[in-house]
Amino acid sequence: MLEKALIGSKRYWIWIFVLLGIIGVGFIAYLQQWKYGLGVTGLSRDVSWGFYIAQFTFLVGVAASAVMLVIPYYLHDYKKFGKIVILGEFLAISAVTMCILFIFVDMGQPMRIMNVVLHPTPGSVMFWDSVVLSGYLFINLIVGWTTLGADRKSVPPPAWVKPLIYLSIPWAVSIHTVTAFLYAGIPGRHLWLTAIMAARFLASAFAAGPALLILLVMFVRKVSKLDAGTEAIQSLAKIVTYAMIANVFFFLLEVFTATYSGIPGHAHPLKYLFFGLDGHTALVPWMWTATVLAFLGLGLLIFPATRQNEGILPIALVSVFVAAWIDKGMGLVIGGFIPNMFERVTEYTPTATELAITVGVYAVGLLVLTVLYKIAIGVREDTAGEAEHH
Amino acid sequence: MSINRRQFLKIAGASTVLGLGGASVVNSLKRGGLEASQMSPDPKGLVAKRWGFVVDVSKLESEEDYKRCADACHNIHNVPVFKNDKLHEVKWIWKEPFENTFPGTEHEYMSHEFKEKNFLVFCNHCAKPACVKVCPTKATFKRKDGIVMQDMHRCIGCRFCMAACPFGARSFNYLDPRGKDTDGTPLIKVENKTFPTRMIGVVEKCTACYERLSIGQQPACAEVSNGAIVFGDLEDPNSEVRKIIATKYTIRRKPELGTQPSIYYVIGGSEHA
Repeated sequence: MLEKALIGSKRYWIWIFVLLGIIGVGFIAYLQQWKYGLGVTGLSRDVSWGFYIAQFTFLVGVAASAVMLVIPYYLHDYKKFGKIVILGEFLAISAVTMCILFIFVDMGQPMRIMNVVLHPTPGSVMFWDSVVLSGYLFINLIVGWTTLGADRKSVPPPAWVKPLIYLSIPWAVSIHTVTAFLYAGIPGRHLWLTAIMAARFLASAFAAGPALLILLVMFVRKVSKLDAGTEAIQSLAKIVTYAMIANVFFFLLEVFTATYSGIPGHAHPLKYLFFGLDGHTALVPWMWTATVLAFLGLGLLIFPATRQNEGILPIALVSVFVAAWIDKGMGLVIGGFIPNMFERVTEYTPTATELAITVGVYAVGLLVLTVLYKIAIGVREDTAGEAEHH
Repeated sequence: MSINRRQFLKIAGASTVLGLGGASVVNSLKRGGLEASQMSPDPKGLVAKRWGFVVDVSKLESEEDYKRCADACHNIHNVPVFKNDKLHEVKWIWKEPFENTFPGTEHEYMSHEFKEKNFLVFCNHCAKPACVKVCPTKATFKRKDGIVMQDMHRCIGCRFCMAACPFGARSFNYLDPRGKDTDGTPLIKVENKTFPTRMIGVVEKCTACYERLSIGQQPACAEVSNGAIVFGDLEDPNSEVRKIIATKYTIRRKPELGTQPSIYYVIGGSEHA
């Protein structure tokens, strides 16, 4: 099936080479980091995780969100998702690839990455995160490739793949739960030390992931003959709506506990994020942008008239996606380090090198996504053509 | 020296045989239940069930007192000194004012003097260290005598331990510690050849001078502290640390987090404190 990715229009190839160019720039930036160390980033003794780990955290959610298609289609036999469930699985593969790359570029000694396997440490959440993430990558590769291969031959997928599909459901939940446990089990970081972290992660993932997927589905419909259908898009949009309501609700629960209890340590990180602390306000505009976008997106999604309008729906989805990205991709990780263990504020701003590497990793993800989607669309267009012949 | 192919094969073959022989010796040692660390302990080495510190800040008076302790540690451990780069600094022991050492315990009626009173902070060598729990490679681990160690050769530089440590005791080598500062001077002024320097991209911290204990010496900071830092076995009721803890009021940093820090602070100070 890979050959499908090698035949494309001029625009397809321009896009591929643009991505390769961006990856090249990111790679050169990474070589600089390789040579001089993580000192080329904005990270510091106080804020020791930043943009890389935050992107990793956010993208684990995007990867997990494939389950929002798998559950309705495979457990509830919701046929409308039949055409796009493969797009969800392939999005998961692309997202997990980026997750692994973001972990890699964040490491101080990347050549020692196999130490995690050589000295397995079941007490470490990071060990489990590497296990569930690589497992999830393999499950989706096998399931996606096998079901698409069967589809090409117009036969049902082999029976052995069914248990893997069912396994992928709890597995998807596990990747984001374990990722939340990276943070939620750490004493002394008040923003992270919360039992609702995993639930919040899942809610935010099931809002942002499917929001991105709908946008992709709409794009695919424009550039190919693969049309998921209005009903599938609307069903997914409802999933985004409910998940985003839960996400915002969970966040407000955090705000209540931190502010009403009045415990200073609990309130400080939130105060830093939304109002600034000791005159440091770097993230304030971002957090309020996220707040406005979250409520704008929710407003447009909750009312059927705006949700069903396919001109307005993308605005709502982009709002939800960006709000979730700011929340997890900036606020959550950085906010956990501010104030530091001595109640002092050291702020963090990513450097140009760090951003170039980040964009490079995203370009790798997009390249993987483009190739996989090209294959899926190619196969689907072939089988649809055959169906018309019969 | 150059060797031809035949010679090379001969040597390679011989070393393989020898190598196998070596493996069997190692195996026989394993059966005897021996560990490398038990092979030849220095009889002068200091041992304990759980090492701990008492820091009496009333005995730390001048700037010089703090600096002497920190310099003693940093010099013998080849800790790089960044003059202008606070973001990437590496430090094992340093001073922090009371309100930063014990956040949440200061109050509005506390004298300014006391709020600003400096404490010496370093790794607490917790009995239940959060850093050890989270490390994905066991690069940081707790020894039987309670010292929380850092294996800089195994560390992958993921910095999970830095996120987990509630005491900010850990530093990461963002830049090459063997390199030069922005003004061209070496980051390690005078290298102590008996202690390893670190490479870029690994985490480091206070290791309770394990290398000095093994030859019967006190930790460097305690040695130069004029009695402000007392080091001893917390499990031994007759040790000096236990005697101080039994007779004076001591506090620990963030005990509510349950990591059980092994540094006990005596505040002491003036009569009215």
